Amino acid sequence: MTKVTVVTAGLGVPSSSRMLADLLSDALKAELSLSGSDATIDVLELRDHAVDIAHHLVSGFAPPALAAAIRNVTDADALIVVSPVFSGSYSGLFKSFFDVIDSTALEGMPVLLGATGGSARHALVLEHAMRPLFSYLRARVAPTAVYAAPQDWGAGADNEPALEQRSRRAARDLAGMLVGRSPARPSYQIEPSAPFEDLLARIQAPTP
Amino acid sequence: MEIGVFTVSDVTRNPLTGETPTEGERIKAAVAIAKKVEEIGMDVYATGEHHNPPFYASSPTTILGYIAAQTERITLSTSTTLITTNDPVKIAEDFATLQHLADGRVDLILGRGNTGPVYPWFGKNQQDSVELTVENYNLLRQLWDNDVVNWEGKYRTPLRNFTSTPRPLNGVAPFVWHGSIRTPEVAEIAAYFGDGFFANNIFWPKEHYQQLISLYRERYAHYGHGTADQAIVGLGGQFFLARKSQDAVKEFRPFFDNAPVYGHGPTMESFMAQTPLTVGSPQEVIEKTLSFQEYFGDYQRQLFLIDHAGLPLKTVLNQLDLFGELVLPELRAEFARRRPAHVPDRPVHTTRRLSTVTAAG
Repeated sequence: MTKVTVVTAGLGVPSSSRMLADLLSDALKAELSLSGSDATIDVLELRDHAVDIAHHLVSGFAPPALAAAIRNVTDADALIVVSPVFSGSYSGLFKSFFDVIDSTALEGMPVLLGATGGSARHALVLEHAMRPLFSYLRARVAPTAVYAAPQDWGAGADNEPALEQRSRRAARDLAGMLVGRSPARPSYQIEPSAPFEDLLARIQAPTP
Repeated sequence: MEIGVFTVSDVTRNPLTGETPTEGERIKAAVAIAKKVEEIGMDVYATGEHHNPPFYASSPTTILGYIAAQTERITLSTSTTLITTNDPVKIAEDFATLQHLADGRVDLILGRGNTGPVYPWFGKNQQDSVELTVENYNLLRQLWDNDVVNWEGKYRTPLRNFTSTPRPLNGVAPFVWHGSIRTPEVAEIAAYFGDGFFANNIFWPKEHYQQLISLYRERYAHYGHGTADQAIVGLGGQFFLARKSQDAVKEFRPFFDNAPVYGHGPTMESFMAQTPLTVGSPQEVIEKTLSFQEYFGDYQRQLFLIDHAGLPLKTVLNQLDLFGELVLPELRAEFARRRPAHVPDRPVHTTRRLSTVTAAG
């Protein structure tokens, strides 16, 4: 059973970010079932944690509901993350959520990126803002990322595969990363220290 | 069990009056608070170390030396002494001197500091923080435990045939605690030397510290200083107290809401639910404090933060009077009742340390 956590930073109810997130997670489920594996999908609406995220920023620790949400993300086998585009980038809420997660907790995490915006002209937010963020976190980002503009929810644009097709392709990328993946990611926790004498020896060893 | 107070030495505006005390007033207040700590029967007064406003305590042994002259019984400690940016030679000298003046009533909690720019201010690099801690503490131990030191390291000029003076009182260095809120290496250092481990848990939930403390206990046993439950653990805490719970809440809320560290964030109620802060009746403070023993095991030192966030001196002294009368006796009795006979009551120098000293003497 693959545990997939979906993070969406859309603010409306329903939001187009949530709609895209659902599309991507349905596509992933379908892809995984082709290879005979099952997935549980948990959806995290950051809107529900907005105040807790702000409290975490000022107090330095997560209130219980947010702590559970963070565990849901760090313990997942894969993430689907979707943000609306605000002022040319991911939303502040989206970034703040990943700011309060330990910067090493997502190392090696397979991640599928999605974004939504009021115009197709912001599509490169995926490559210029979201991909660098997850590269910094040393996550494994799926090569295909999906942007949904308003017209994608209708007829779509000429000469462009429909949103469903792009979602399937992205889901195929992520499913491929999961099927061939190394054993389950260990649950994130504090790494123990090296023994004291090794710590000391490392300082005194000549630098290579 | 040692029970005492520690200060972060902040100079903060009183949100009720709008007045900010002067640095001088806060420094004199530190002395008054320490004397009150002794008067009500607590055991420890500890001061922080900072090198930037709004903090006054850049020179802890000066303050503690002055307090030593005006007290007779309490242990003088630090919260924390920066092992990263201070020269270990100066730490060895300052605290050995203080030991002689205070007739041995001295120990210290080492920490890495939490202000990034302190590293460059003292010519160090924050990236080297853990290495500085390891190397500096290893040198500090040698300076105290060996009469003659020949030493060479990465971060300090070498020492040849060097003797740190004065020698520790009666040949026994001050007890050392290692404070950390997130670094397993610090727990490892404390365990290796059989020193104490102090978890200043005042701002974060307990789950965060359980892992670090059990790591320390496990390694303490690994190095043969005793069993895991004999390891020397200290914890932070904070309270605001009134005979009636609702009075405490009413009086403290403006200070909480405007506190530099957690003000304008979570509500006081959610902060109380998640961190060691208790604002309430004596019984509530007693129950919360005893719950630490249930989470972390038997421990040896409990320090409370009581003079921050602009609380006026008069209020702080009054808090201590209430604590001494209504909380301290019951806490002491209950901690004593719970502690098994094989667990040390107070910090003790481990066999490793004592045998070293005996061999040297």
